[in-house]
Parts: sequence; structure tokens; C-alpha cells
Amino acid sequence: MIEARGLTKRYGDTLAVDHLSFDVGPGRITGFLGPNGAGKTTTMRLILGLDRPTDGTVTVNGKAFGQLARPMREVGALLDAKAVHGGRSAYNHLLCLAQTNSLPRRRVGEVLELVGLSDVAKKRSRGFSLGMGQRLGIAGALLGDPAILMFDEPVNGLDPEGILWIRNLMKALAAEGRTIFVSSHLMSEMEHTAEHLIVIGRGKLIADCTVAEFIAQNSSETVRVRTPQQDILAKAVAAAGGTVHDDGNGTLVVHGLTAGRVGDLAFDNAVRLHELSSAQASLEEAFMGLTAGSVEFRAGPPRLPESQQPEHAGEVA
Amino acid sequence: MAMTSAQPTRPAGSPALPALPGRAGLAGALRSEFTKIRSVRSTYWTLLALVVVTVGFGALASAGAAAHPGERGPGFDPTQQSLVGLYVGQLVIIVLGALTISSEYSSGMISTSLTALPRRGTVFAAKAVVFGAVALVTGLVASVASFFLGQALMSGQHIGTTLGQPHVLRAVIGGGLFLAACGMLAYGLGMILRHTAAAITAAIGLLFVASILVNFLPQSWQVHVDKWMPAIAGGQVWVTKATDPTMFSAWTGFAVLGGYAVVALAAGLILFRRRDA
Repeated sequence: MIEARGLTKRYGDTLAVDHLSFDVGPGRITGFLGPNGAGKTTTMRLILGLDRPTDGTVTVNGKAFGQLARPMREVGALLDAKAVHGGRSAYNHLLCLAQTNSLPRRRVGEVLELVGLSDVAKKRSRGFSLGMGQRLGIAGALLGDPAILMFDEPVNGLDPEGILWIRNLMKALAAEGRTIFVSSHLMSEMEHTAEHLIVIGRGKLIADCTVAEFIAQNSSETVRVRTPQQDILAKAVAAAGGTVHDDGNGTLVVHGLTAGRVGDLAFDNAVRLHELSSAQASLEEAFMGLTAGSVEFRAGPPRLPESQQPEHAGEVA
Repeated sequence: MAMTSAQPTRPAGSPALPALPGRAGLAGALRSEFTKIRSVRSTYWTLLALVVVTVGFGALASAGAAAHPGERGPGFDPTQQSLVGLYVGQLVIIVLGALTISSEYSSGMISTSLTALPRRGTVFAAKAVVFGAVALVTGLVASVASFFLGQALMSGQHIGTTLGQPHVLRAVIGGGLFLAACGMLAYGLGMILRHTAAAITAAIGLLFVASILVNFLPQSWQVHVDKWMPAIAGGQVWVTKATDPTMFSAWTGFAVLGGYAVVALAAGLILFRRRDA
């Protein structure tokens, strides 16, 4: 159980974390969601006592992190997979962590096996790929067999196989009754793994609810209609209180009415339909809408010369 | 690699971890820090370099003294002559001292270390003890080896000395202590500055550059300031024939160097406990 109360961290003029209060409960995956720069990593560092809060408190199992008798037995954390000495072997890296909490040496071999790094245990971690580094970080978090696990952006930069592996591991750990607190800036990632969501933007709490509630509250249903008699249907929809626009490909997109109601309107007005379907706005869209006001940096329209047009649209920094 | 959703979180047949009474403390921290220092190659290269340059420059100076008998004054100190490589050895031990902590900051390992053991005073002390012990043992090896090689080179001219002569044993042991104290000063500076290059620069400034700059002071000031310079004060511990009355005695001088190290360590500890990691 992690409990934050009025947690605040100020760096100079910037409020990185702004009076955050939330609980992270056991037996489920709690997603910690927010755009980059929203204060997720800072919050996790405050929980771990790495940074000192400007105001407010955060406790782990009722105690400040620094007061835990054997911290690794209660909390395992992966903040930055690159936060290892590259000249040290995977085995020795884990051994020096295990020794601080007097964990048995055999445990190092076990977690290496668990994350699939047994074959490279004696290799220096400098040569590890991003995915292997992530596995080493997770091995370190699991060393003490803790009931609480925190992962900061664990799937960032991983290939699909690695992403699936981490998702399944988190689900298995939560199924054992552990508290899993995992941050991401991608709603789509949380949609697949988390049951509960804590959403922040610019250090402030935006939402604290289940994923189902988040979807219900933040995504609106849209209805897509194709018909040769667009004008008649558009008037009928507008008269019934819906809004309608043409998506440019000959399909009308209706907001504010159910698919059934649109079908009835078409029948009443003798409009022939070629397609009628309803769709949920994606959660990603809902998340973007919710945090739109709280993104730190927004990408402007690209102003490159035509010969240098970027191949991929830039992500919001 | 397991790809199923029923992924195991514990290897088959391995028992759960037994509950342990007590708190994570200094004993575990010491074992951990010893693992850290012995598990990176740079430690071995640095320690080897320390012994090689200390013994090497000492041998060079001893051979030079043996080859130019006419240039030896009445105050010639064969012990100090054979240990003069310690001045170069200082440079190497401050690199290792600074790296002991600064490498954790440059790699980000400090966050991982403090997540495993958040008691910063304990982490600080464990690092100091383990590095200090390694520096002292290696320093003694370098000092003793320098002494015997230097005396062997000078024995042909019958200008050498033995451990049985007055103050010689103190000087040879003092050489090891001198290197350990320089290393601890650099460790304290590393904790204050958290940056390898900055810490090494600061240590060199304090140990070498400060001593040089004193030479530009008026003579009447120099005699009061010079003896307080850390490397000059600490260097008195490996002198057996004190010829300069303005200098501190052997152990007083070493205590001055130790004082610099203690101040750096104390400031480092206070900052380490207060600052965000």
C-alpha cells in the first residue's frame, strides 16, 4: 500500500508535483499515467525517498521508505534501466544489491533465471541491449520478493516481444496479490495492463479511478453512417439534437445519438443506408483530450523545407 | 523466454524467501561495497598503476642518488629518497577515491543503491571503510616495495638505510597512511561534487597546485603558510631527517592532512544526507 498525501515537489519556480494525494492498493496493477514531464518519475522518486518532498508525505506500508527495516523485502523498483555500472557483470550488480538487505546469494541466480538472463550473468552489462537492461532492472526489483513493485516506463523502447513479456509478468505478479504501480505516457499501454488509473498532468491529479470508469467518463460514442442521401439524413439528425460532420470520404460521423436512433431516423425519413456502425473514441483520444491543457511542450507545425519533410510525425515532447 | 500469460514469477521448486529479523544495516552495506569495488576492472588497473608509479619513481630517484654521489648534501634522507614516488602515487589514489562515489552518480547507480538501502549515513560509512581499507593496504604495499627496492639500488654506494634505523619504520608505514589519507580526501570531495572530473580537479588543486602557489607568497608568509598545505604537511610523515624547522613534526603534519580529509568527508556526508539523490 502506497499512500501519498498532499505530496509536493518544487524545483525553483517549477512545481513538478503539485499536492498529489492518492492510494495504490494491493492485488492489482495501478497505472500511473501522464504526458512526459507530468511529474511521474519525480513522484516515484519521492515515494522511494530519493528526493525529499517540498511539502506533504508519502508512506509505504504505513512508513516513510527510509524507515523500512529491509526495504528490498517490501518494495522493488525499476526507475531507470541504465542506472547500473556498465563495467559490472549482471551477477555482481545483483549480488551487491542483495547483500545490502542480507538476501541469500541463491536469490541472484533465481531472478536471473526468472528474467532470462542466466546465460549472460557473467557478462558486463555495458554490452546489454535495451531489453536486456530492462530485464536486469526488473531482476533487481524482484530480488527481495517484495509485495510492492514500482516500474517507471518499463516498456519504453522495447520490441513487441519485450513489451508482451513485461505485461505478462506484471499481470502474474498482480495475480499473486502484489501491488503493482507502473507509469506510462501511453494510454494504449495502460488499457492492456492496468485495472486502476492515476492520471496526472503538470504535477496535478487529473483522475483516480478504474480503467472502466475512465473509459465510460472520457470517451464518447460516435456513429458512422454511409448513405446516398446525406442531406436528408444530416437535417434529420440535427433536428433530433445530434451533431454531424462529413469525414471527407463520404461517411457521416454523428455525435450525440445512438446508432439505433440514427437508424430509426433514417427509416422515418425513407433514407437508404449503406453502412451504420458505432465506435468508441479511443482511450488514447480521451487521454489526449483530458491532458491537452497540461502538456508541457507542444509540438508546433513542422517548418522544414519541403526536401526535408520528416518521415514520422513528432511525438509531443 | 516465457511468453504465456501464466508466467512464473519464481523458478520451479525455489522456496519463498525466509523472513529475516532486524534491519538492513552496516554489515550488509560493507559486503555490498566490497562486491562493488572488487567487481569492476578499473579498480585493479588503478591499484596496479598506483604501485607501479610509486615504486617506479622511487626507484628512479634512488638510482639517481646512487649515480651522483657528489650531489648529496648532509641532510640526505635515503628513506625519503626511496619513497618520493608517493607524490605521484597520490595522483592515482585520488582518482580511485573520487570514482568510488562519482561513478555512482555518472552511471545513475546511486538511485539503485539508495533504493536498496536508503540509510545514507550507512552507505557513506560503508563506502569510506571499504575504500579506505583498500587504499591503505595498497598504499602500504607500494610504500614497502618502494623502500626495499630503493635501498637495494642505493646499497652499492653504501648510502642506504634499514628499517631498524630511527624513524624509518614510521616513515614506511606513514607512506601507506599518506596515500590512504589522500584517497579519503578525494572521496570526500567526490561526495561533495558528485562529478568525477570536478572531484579529481579539486583534489589536484588542493594537493598540488596550492603547494605551488604558496611559492609566490612573500618569504616571510611562506614559512607560516607552507606547512599547512595538505600534501606538504602529510609528507612529513615519511621524512626521517627533519631539516626544515618551519615544518610540522611527522605525526602533527599527518594530522593536518587528516584534518583536511575529515573536513571534506564531513561536508560530503552532510550534503549526501540533505540533497536529493
